[in-house]
Amino acid sequence: MATALQILFSGLTVGAIYALVAIGFTLVYSSSEVVNFAQGEFVMLGGMISATAVAAGLAPLPAASLAIVATVVTGILLYGLAVAPARDASPIVVIIITIGASIFIRGLASVGMGKEFHTLPPLLATPTLDLGGASVQTQGLVVMAGSVAIVLTLWLFLRMTKLGRGIRATAANRLAAQLAGINPRVIVGLTFAISALIGALGGILITPITLTSFDVGTLLAVKGFAAAVLGGLTHPAGPVLGGLMIGLLEAVGAGYISSQYKDVFAFVVLLGVLFLRPQGILGGRAVERV
Amino acid sequence: MRRILANPYAPAFALAVVVVMVPLLVPSPFYLRLATLVFINALVVVGLNLLMGYAGQISLGHAAFFAMGAYASAIGPAHLGLPTLASMLAGIVLTGVVAYGVGKPILRFKGYHLAVATLGLGVIVSIVITNEIAWTGGPDGMQVARLWIGSWRVSGVANWYWVAGITLIVAMLGAANLLSSPTGRALRAIHDSEVAAGVLGIDVARYKLLVFVISAIYAATAGAFLALFDGHVTPVTGGILRSIEFVAMAVLGGLGSILGSVLGAAVLVVLPQALTSFHEFEHAILGAILMVLMIALRRGVIPSLQSWLLRGAA
Amino acid sequence: MSAISVEHVSIRFGGLVALSDVSFDVPPGEIFALIGPNGAGKTTLFNVVSGVYACTDGRIRFNGKTITGALPHELARKGLTRTFQNLQIFFRMSAAENVMVGRHLHERRNPLLDFLGLPMVHRQNAESRKLAEELLDLVGLSGLGDQPAGELPYGVLKRLEIARALATRPSVIMLDEPVAGCNAVETAEIAHVIRKIAGSGMTVMLVEHDMGFVMTLADRIHVLNRGMTLAEGTPSEIRNNPAVIEAYLGTAKPGETSRAHG
Repeated sequence: MATALQILFSGLTVGAIYALVAIGFTLVYSSSEVVNFAQGEFVMLGGMISATAVAAGLAPLPAASLAIVATVVTGILLYGLAVAPARDASPIVVIIITIGASIFIRGLASVGMGKEFHTLPPLLATPTLDLGGASVQTQGLVVMAGSVAIVLTLWLFLRMTKLGRGIRATAANRLAAQLAGINPRVIVGLTFAISALIGALGGILITPITLTSFDVGTLLAVKGFAAAVLGGLTHPAGPVLGGLMIGLLEAVGAGYISSQYKDVFAFVVLLGVLFLRPQGILGGRAVERV
Repeated sequence: MRRILANPYAPAFALAVVVVMVPLLVPSPFYLRLATLVFINALVVVGLNLLMGYAGQISLGHAAFFAMGAYASAIGPAHLGLPTLASMLAGIVLTGVVAYGVGKPILRFKGYHLAVATLGLGVIVSIVITNEIAWTGGPDGMQVARLWIGSWRVSGVANWYWVAGITLIVAMLGAANLLSSPTGRALRAIHDSEVAAGVLGIDVARYKLLVFVISAIYAATAGAFLALFDGHVTPVTGGILRSIEFVAMAVLGGLGSILGSVLGAAVLVVLPQALTSFHEFEHAILGAILMVLMIALRRGVIPSLQSWLLRGAA
Repeated sequence: MSAISVEHVSIRFGGLVALSDVSFDVPPGEIFALIGPNGAGKTTLFNVVSGVYACTDGRIRFNGKTITGALPHELARKGLTRTFQNLQIFFRMSAAENVMVGRHLHERRNPLLDFLGLPMVHRQNAESRKLAEELLDLVGLSGLGDQPAGELPYGVLKRLEIARALATRPSVIMLDEPVAGCNAVETAEIAHVIRKIAGSGMTVMLVEHDMGFVMTLADRIHVLNRGMTLAEGTPSEIRNNPAVIEAYLGTAKPGETSRAHG
């Protein structure tokens, strides 16, 4: 029972981060059909910049703020300098551009902040907590609470604000949104900024638990992308569900099978789900028109 | 001009000239080694281009097949007492069989689903290689026995340069033959419209599987060559970054261009070597160059150059 | 025996009933037209008969044999092929190569021989190319063989699809809006081609909005409305059927029927 609880807890913690990465993927994809493989680098930047700044003597809050601002600026530059100039290129070409960008960002991060592991102090003073016999890290609770807050804020933003409605309108029908006076370049740039913001927050939240280094972005991008596709690339709740599922599957695999083979377990189940629901768990069924 | 560009055998011919010229122009082992690595990578990318550029099916997991060829050549002599040549050939055939078995279910996926499925394949193979230490030596990798063909000991750059170069020429000729045949037309038809290919009698699933297996065999052959050439193989051979690198080579050179595949491989093999003088900035510069090239030549280097040349000639 | 029998065919997408209990028979060699307002289910029916969609209920027979649920390439092998309303051209190929793909079933296709590029593969290519040129001549596209299909105008592509379908040597050819977007001259040419192929014994099923074209060409017409059969008969019977005029043309005067895009 305690083991099961521990597995559930660690699965939800990691899954929350995958979900945040997956939200970044879907947000950008649904408004622009761009799959941004540099998404994982946002998480890396959030964690690395905060940790480096704290190590340099900055207080945690200003350090985190600095990391967030820097990551958001990176996201906007990524769109403005690399993705927007290639907007009429084929999807695979844009993917390669974002992969080039992630190599570039990773390369700069390793030069500027070193290749060693970095960490951040946890938010709460008590590092662990006894929960039904299972000892859990309080930072895990912070990750989950933070992720829920991020998702709710995003949801409110998309529902309640003019810009948020612009994003939803563009996702639903780009041409119609454009005719209604919404500038798609502003909207897509905004989704890059938001996904960078979400990624950076995720990176800051998770670093006290998993540590971070310049090269954590690749694996996060892979998992986040898989989570986004698993959830259904265009459904708003898809990435959350997909991310949590992959996190839980990994935790179950690590707990009951072997920690080396947890990813194998997660991917095999993921492929099984895609066979049963090719449109993703929440994606709508598309009838091919000929 | 148009005639030369349109000739399907021109790329293989151009490469044959290069293969002969390089040892005459730059006879240093360093450059021959680099050229050999270009040929080996190009072999994977030519196959991947048949799959992606012609048949229109993405794979983010081809390093898995590359690694299978490499590790089969290493494991046969080390653990099973097989001759290296037999292990290599068995490994290539076995990889083809695995590609058939895996391709059958996952090629039903399209687009991003296929991307995730092939990515999953790559992740799984790389984890198995890293963790089955008794067989593969784990993260440290394993030694590979030398290749003997009869009494010829194939070793060193002087031998492997020619083996890899000539194999690549043959692979390019084969690809060109395939493309101007009923099989090639079926593959290209599937890329543009699966439903139209179907109503014209093309068994779409069968042809997708066929090209998937062919591309896996190209990758496995290249993987075996790399392992035998290096004399050592590590899990990095089959990592997901490797798979993504192969795709980047194909896209950079130009999807649907055989010559582009070779050029894309050349750029991404040579560039990191050329950038080592920038030391720590190597990766940042590599990423920046990849971005700039793709933004400027968004259809890939060769197709973009071709249309520019044709416009000039017209 | 009918070339095509559609027996009580229904298809639903989720809750939407796209076709409901549709039945008809097409005798060999007939030119059989399906008409109806937009959304009537004509293209859906084509998709069901050609194996692109699987129907929810009912049965389809081809020369007496049940083919319900067969895949498009299996049907093509039996001798049934089609064209598409929204073009499905192989845009990265030349016009001649498009038609050569249609020869697929009649070519020797062994991947290993193809890989080796043996002389017989090249000989066969030359043969297929020659037959492709002949079919391009037939549909009035002489001399366009080497043109990249992506650069050809719409009306030409419509005819290219017909040539490509004919290359499979079908016994039944289904044409989905063969003259949509074509000018009067092109329309007349296509009508001529269809008469010619029907005259050679091929069965032609077509969907078309151009009423003048349908009325002069079809032997029999089947009218669909909202997924259901409304009427069936000869062109003159259909022209004078009050239900058809009511549903199909709404309030339009009979004089406006010739190019109704309802």
